[in-house]
Amino acid sequence: MDIAVTKKKLGLKERYALMTRGLGWEPTYQSVDDVFPMDSFEGIKIHDWDAWEDPFRLTMDAYWKYQAEKERKLYAILDAFAQGNGHLTLSDARYINTVKLFINGLAPLEYMSHRGFAHIGRQFRGVGPRVACMMQSLDEMRHAQTQVHAISNYNRYYDGMANFRHHHTYLPYLQVPRSFFEDAASGGPFEFITAIGFAFEYVLTNLVFVPFISGAAYNGDMGAMTFGFSAQSDEARHMTLGLEVIKFMLEQDPDNLPIVQKWLNKWTWRGVRVLTLVAMMQDYMLPKRVMSWAEAWEIYFEENCGALFRDLARYGIVMPPCVEQVRKERDHLSHMAWCQFYQARGTNNFHVWLPSKEDMDWLSAKYPETFDQYYRPRFEYWAKMEEEGTPFEAATPPQQCQVCQIPTIFPVAGDPLTRAEHSCTHDGERFHFCSQWCQEIFEDEPEKYVQAKLGAHELYKGNLFGDADPTAEDFDPMAAAMAFLKLTPEDSGLHSDSRDAANFDLWRGLAKANEA
Amino acid sequence: MSEVKSTVFLCLQANDETRGVIEAIERDNEHASFDYQPGMVRITAPGTLTVRRETVEEEVGREFDLQELHINMISLSGHVDEDDDALVLSWDR
Amino acid sequence: MTIIANAPYDFTSNDRQEDFRGAMLVYVGWARHMMFASPYCWPLPPDMPFGALVEGPMAQAFAQHPDWEQADWSTATWTRNGEPFTPDLSKSLADNGLSHKDSLMFTTPGLDGIGGMGF
Repeated sequence: MDIAVTKKKLGLKERYALMTRGLGWEPTYQSVDDVFPMDSFEGIKIHDWDAWEDPFRLTMDAYWKYQAEKERKLYAILDAFAQGNGHLTLSDARYINTVKLFINGLAPLEYMSHRGFAHIGRQFRGVGPRVACMMQSLDEMRHAQTQVHAISNYNRYYDGMANFRHHHTYLPYLQVPRSFFEDAASGGPFEFITAIGFAFEYVLTNLVFVPFISGAAYNGDMGAMTFGFSAQSDEARHMTLGLEVIKFMLEQDPDNLPIVQKWLNKWTWRGVRVLTLVAMMQDYMLPKRVMSWAEAWEIYFEENCGALFRDLARYGIVMPPCVEQVRKERDHLSHMAWCQFYQARGTNNFHVWLPSKEDMDWLSAKYPETFDQYYRPRFEYWAKMEEEGTPFEAATPPQQCQVCQIPTIFPVAGDPLTRAEHSCTHDGERFHFCSQWCQEIFEDEPEKYVQAKLGAHELYKGNLFGDADPTAEDFDPMAAAMAFLKLTPEDSGLHSDSRDAANFDLWRGLAKANEA
Repeated sequence: MSEVKSTVFLCLQANDETRGVIEAIERDNEHASFDYQPGMVRITAPGTLTVRRETVEEEVGREFDLQELHINMISLSGHVDEDDDALVLSWDR
Repeated sequence: MTIIANAPYDFTSNDRQEDFRGAMLVYVGWARHMMFASPYCWPLPPDMPFGALVEGPMAQAFAQHPDWEQADWSTATWTRNGEPFTPDLSKSLADNGLSHKDSLMFTTPGLDGIGGMGF
């Protein structure tokens, strides 16, 4: 039967109120504290959860609608890219190594983020943040899936991607991003959302997805461009959520200020250390470059985070003290990282190369204060060693920082030829750090970081030998470790010697010519 | 607080769907600047940036729900204030 | 400081000396030779003579640098965890007072890397 009803369409704010707050209820046979046992132990005091306002006011029905639209667009382009042999339209085969870093280093973090937000979406007692965290949890799962889908098109042809989950769990260099996320996920819900919403979304993903993905587009990678921009469209919402949580904590109680400041100090530094990998991708691994790491840093950290910290100053928040050192390292970071990865290439699951003369001219133009003085001579000397048939390679595992797990490659800030040495003892055992800042993070929670699994130490304890018998007469520890790590000779080494480089040239040649 | 004037930004994919949106932003925000990078445009403005539904509708020639922006939005900075008629990014509150 | 947790939090270190089957971890770096991106790490028997560390693992790691064969061990200076340290090359690591996870840095006077550039 037809009943004529004149419905007035609800406005966005009313719709949002009904579809979020309206979904909550007061428990009657359990206390609220028992239902939400985890949102108070960190010391954050919240007096009025209703003061929370989600800036985007995205309701669940609108969320499904727009996410479905994003997926349709994404898969149309991914299919076209794969059907048209898109991998052969790339600027250069070296580019594929950035895709490897992405699937091994970043995609698993998206999945960890999915789990983290599912967890805290259960733990906050406010309905608004719970709904926002649930949406973010679904987004992160989507990102992990679309990245795996998109990059599977490369995995069909090239090495270094097939074991991305295993490598993410065990390969030493990948413990840098992994330990970052595990550190966050093992904090309480407020620290987790500060860490991920601020350091990961606001600082890190802007630098990964915007200049880097724009670089992917510039190098002909439609697949990465599409999943990257598609993911970042969700990140815009995520970083807004993260900042909203920070403001919310600061507005709720003045006692929250020192806790929030401590987390911002810690997670700015943790985020910047992980960005070492991104700096190197941008300056060394993109064959055609959109902007240098230093330029991206200026836009997305100095300008963008500067604006945020000026805004938070009203609550008494100050810029983290580590930023001084970060500024001094800005023009060194990518070069130091590439020097490390070049010499440790036997344990990477991507290929490395020495920058060409043209690359080095670009680098000296972008880094006039540092490149020619410190780094060009290194690359030229190593090029000579390659030519002479005795390429330089480090055969011994490095010392690593107990917190960020990066090898202790960093010099004293402002003194690029003197290695920084930081260490302390805890419970009678000595621990080493890349910097004063990682040491401070350790000293605040030593019980947490003494559990770190550092690659060299795991190897020497015999934890990387799998089923091999170390007492057997013909036991070869390196062979056993490589087998356990599922690292094949094709995965690592120099790009010029790689099967990927040879295949790319062969297939591109076939794509351009007809056989007689 | 500080004498430095903070900028807000909005990054959009540069495609057929956003052309009218970008033109609407240009009309409504004389102080904004537009930086075209591969695959995208980064719109920056000192203080505040506004996307108005009415202007977008005039440019695209159809009804437009501002939440459609989510599909092509890459990144942004500043506080977000969104209702049915406008999306405002600003550092002032 | 100590960790703030919502339950008893008691975990032992992941890298205690007894986990290394009798070996101790030692790190060694070479000052003003940035070709080597970081100090390196070895598990060593505590009764190994210090000279054997120099001639064995260290030579293997550092001999790719042309300065290595010119290094004069009678004038080399050392630090341990950033503090001055004078090893006796004929004595064992343990008798030199080295502990598990000590980090050594050595300087070779007169040798300043390729082209004197600290590299």
